[in-house]
Amino acid sequence: MPELAITVIGPDRTGIVADVAEALAAVGANLTDSTMTRLRGHFTMTLICTGPPAADAERALVRLGAELLTTVREVEACPDRETGEPYLVSVHGADRLGIVAAVTRVVAAAGGNITDLTTRLTGPLYLLVAEVDLPPGREGELAEQLAVAAAELGVEVTLRHAESELL
Amino acid sequence: MKLVTAPSAVLSTPAEEVDPTDPAVVRLAEELIETMWASPGCVGLAAPQIGVSAQVFCVDVTGHPKAITTHGAFVLCNARIVEASRWRPGREGCMSVPDLTGDVKRAARIVVEGLRPGTGEPVTLETDAFEARALQHEIDHCAGKLFLDRVAGAHAIFPRKVYL
Repeated sequence: MPELAITVIGPDRTGIVADVAEALAAVGANLTDSTMTRLRGHFTMTLICTGPPAADAERALVRLGAELLTTVREVEACPDRETGEPYLVSVHGADRLGIVAAVTRVVAAAGGNITDLTTRLTGPLYLLVAEVDLPPGREGELAEQLAVAAAELGVEVTLRHAESELL
Repeated sequence: MKLVTAPSAVLSTPAEEVDPTDPAVVRLAEELIETMWASPGCVGLAAPQIGVSAQVFCVDVTGHPKAITTHGAFVLCNARIVEASRWRPGREGCMSVPDLTGDVKRAARIVVEGLRPGTGEPVTLETDAFEARALQHEIDHCAGKLFLDRVAGAHAIFPRKVYL
């Protein structure tokens, strides 16, 4: 079944999620996986929905007003492919241009696939936390390369296994 | 034995207290232990996970690298946490929620009171580290709670990537 990939960004306000979710439900869009968060006062939503044609969802969202920047795109269902082991990369230090580019390039070069990433800038402090799906046996190499990149950027970096305990 | 997976009413309903001397409870205790040992990587199992709404669970963390104090394989009925301290975050998964893991804060040191199946003898158990986490997870099952009810935040749920 085709899915809809939807993004919504707008100035944060009370009720924004309720408005969007209600508009989508009204046209029969079933919200499956989503992530929604506030980034420096902008509320951002990235959603995968199933159900209606893209045009219906688009019309429903446009009716919510020009303050919300929305996109709707029909995409093929595409299951997550995770074959490695979960790791966490944390980077923090003085903000400068190119931290995300340099760190993620190193991760990609080691075969690591980023499955989740958050960055925050607070005052002079820049923070990046990423979940990485890493092929077995590449941890040492990635740790080494991250240390080199971190030294060049003048930031601190840690790589640790995101172990989970099955209970 | 088929494990019950979420969503399921039996996993989200607080289970009834049991009479630990009831032969049916003794059979349930045996069944839990057998199912736990038959499931690779399983270190604990609560009755609701095999479809029985009863406050009975088993735990066996013997040999687990994160265990410090261990009490071997045991079953407790009507267990309660009476002391909990040294709260620590950790990522945990559950046989009844096969596709997700989540970051959950648990006490690394606890005292639990319960009753042994068969004799009904009261037990007070003091433990720590991984065994403490496992006990809290199983006692939660008996209260109709999953780790999903305790995740640390909206961004603390992850797809489970390592299958045993």
